[in-house]
Amino acid sequence: MSLEQLPLLQQLMLVLAAVVMFTSFVLLEQARLVAAIHAFAWQGVLVAMVTALVAAGSGLEHLFFSAALTLALKALLIPWMLHRLVRRLELDRHREPLRRPALVIMAALALVIFSYWVVTPLVAEELLFTRNIVAVSLAVVLTGLLMMVIRTQAVAQVLGFMSMENGLFLAAVSDTDGMPLAVELGVAFDVLVAMILFGVFFFQIRESIDSLDVDRMNRLTERVDES
Amino acid sequence: MTALLLSVFTPLAGALLLPLVRRLSWAGWLNIGLATLTLSATLALAMHVADQRIVANALFHIDDLNVYLLVLTAFVGLTTAIFSRPYMRHVCDSGRVSERGMRLYHSMFQAFMFTMLLALSTDNLGVLWVAVEGATLATVLLVSLYRTPEAIEAAWKYFILCGVGIALALFGTVLLYFAAQHVLSDPALGLSWNALYSVAPQLQPSITSLAFVFLLVGYGTKVGLVPMHQWLPDAHSEGPTPMSAVLSGLLLNVALYAVVRLKMIVDGSLAATATPHLAGYLLMGFGLLSFLVATLFLHRQRDIKRMFSYSSIEHMGLMTFAFGMGGPLATFGALLHMLVHSLTKSAIFVTVGHATHIAGTQSIDHIRGLIRTQPAVGWGLLLGVAAIAGFPPFGVFTSEFLVLSATMQSQPWLTLILVSGLVIAFAGLFRHLHPMVYGPVPEAQQPVPANMLPVIIHLGLVLWLGLSIPALLSQWLDRATQLITGAHLL
Repeated sequence: MSLEQLPLLQQLMLVLAAVVMFTSFVLLEQARLVAAIHAFAWQGVLVAMVTALVAAGSGLEHLFFSAALTLALKALLIPWMLHRLVRRLELDRHREPLRRPALVIMAALALVIFSYWVVTPLVAEELLFTRNIVAVSLAVVLTGLLMMVIRTQAVAQVLGFMSMENGLFLAAVSDTDGMPLAVELGVAFDVLVAMILFGVFFFQIRESIDSLDVDRMNRLTERVDES
Repeated sequence: MTALLLSVFTPLAGALLLPLVRRLSWAGWLNIGLATLTLSATLALAMHVADQRIVANALFHIDDLNVYLLVLTAFVGLTTAIFSRPYMRHVCDSGRVSERGMRLYHSMFQAFMFTMLLALSTDNLGVLWVAVEGATLATVLLVSLYRTPEAIEAAWKYFILCGVGIALALFGTVLLYFAAQHVLSDPALGLSWNALYSVAPQLQPSITSLAFVFLLVGYGTKVGLVPMHQWLPDAHSEGPTPMSAVLSGLLLNVALYAVVRLKMIVDGSLAATATPHLAGYLLMGFGLLSFLVATLFLHRQRDIKRMFSYSSIEHMGLMTFAFGMGGPLATFGALLHMLVHSLTKSAIFVTVGHATHIAGTQSIDHIRGLIRTQPAVGWGLLLGVAAIAGFPPFGVFTSEFLVLSATMQSQPWLTLILVSGLVIAFAGLFRHLHPMVYGPVPEAQQPVPANMLPVIIHLGLVLWLGLSIPALLSQWLDRATQLITGAHLL
């Protein structure tokens, strides 16, 4: 069975999932923080759209609610909070280009291939749709992880963390018709509290090292100083 | 059911109530009162479970395994609250923490207890995830409470590493849920541990094994397994001491409990495949690696709390290894080790808290002559370390002996590695301990007001467990062993 034979709705969802992955790449490469936040907001919109499509396809009411929740949280509230923080920290003109962009993109591509390599044998061939969407969401999760590793700027690391959450949510909603509502609310609450705490930490870190480059925090290591 | 709700939600009420209490002295006492109420409720629940075997509803599932950890958690929570009242007062008086910081501390202490108890009692794997992530959120601001550059660095590292780890665990949870979709009649039950466990043999093995890798890495980060352990020594050494006591004594246990529960499902699913012990082997590998790395790192520590956090990694590694090995003997040993390690390690952190106040520093090189300045603290530290190193009259010896005998039975060659690891750890601990306890007393070193009651209770219990395990407890642990392995030991 090839992709064209899938129902139109599922094809549309796959396209959207692919665009989510694309925004992950944009996020990874973005030098300006504000632009990265916008890319993240778009990713949130796309994930909410996938959720809404799943809801339309299955007719499950709680999925419409979770689509609205995703839109409110991931596409509006968190980007707005980050935007405000960046402005208050006077980082809106901050540019931080990647040191080796080609290498990073290659690594991200390798992660996408890896995700397909892991997922393909797992999911039965009949479930063509699920197979693709699980692989794509794993790729989004791993790209987010890569972003947290290569970026040394605290705000950019938080964006990586949040896009990992987007990937997880995409996986949960598209291949299982969504988690139970209680769990979904709990996860959303945790993400929101995490965001508030991240905001607190930006200020604490800046107070402590006068910058948000977390690579400069290197007091706690296992190196024994011979003093 | 009332006892269950009371034991889980008392701390939540406390977390919401305590920020409103403006008088610090009241807040400390209220904290103790709430912890006492929680402990009584868990004890009532334990009696109920002893009668009925299982107390369950849509959201909770209490059996012999988790009720035992619930009681332990509530108990250590209470003794830590007793210790933290005068201790944090001292910290506040010395100006390291503001009054707002103290309110945050009390509230977050209760919030942390709530997440721990919720994680232990819930039946829903999603709620388990939310609670374990919630534990990070509750403690991360406490790690940075002193606002020193080190504390902020430690907190950030803790936040990011545990956040990423736990995100991977969520992916594993989603995969399990996905695997359950095709098997369960009601897909909404797909996150219920009970439902998953009952259909485990039908779950697709390839998906559950991938899920387990993600879950192990995720929850393993919280257990402090090497190489995801980087946050642990930092968070333990920079946070306030009562926090170190509950992190080491409780959080690590709860994360390991999550891994064990998930292993039960995965084992059921893999039973009929070519690799039935995959999950066990993974646990053994990670456990042994953590154990060995931590014993070596013990030697090169300069900070007393860092040293004991490496000792926690060592013991968690040993337990993970024992759970991985499976079998009634190893599992019984691991369960007992969870108990004695929690009691001993929190007692040690309490003593270390007083020791750092006496010396005014956490640097091992500058803590000297404790036994002469304040015999109670000096002896407490000496006995605590003797207990954690596995000296015979204490309970840690018993549990380590059980684990070693189990290893001898199933993997004889690994016994050699384990024994040498224990010897190396012992040497590392005593090398640093001796000058701290005996050593010449620095000038102008004064005793501090110390509350050694929690230490005496904890070490007394550990000693008791080393001399004779009461029949009640051994039967309790045996029933938990039977739940995990399907076979009785006794």
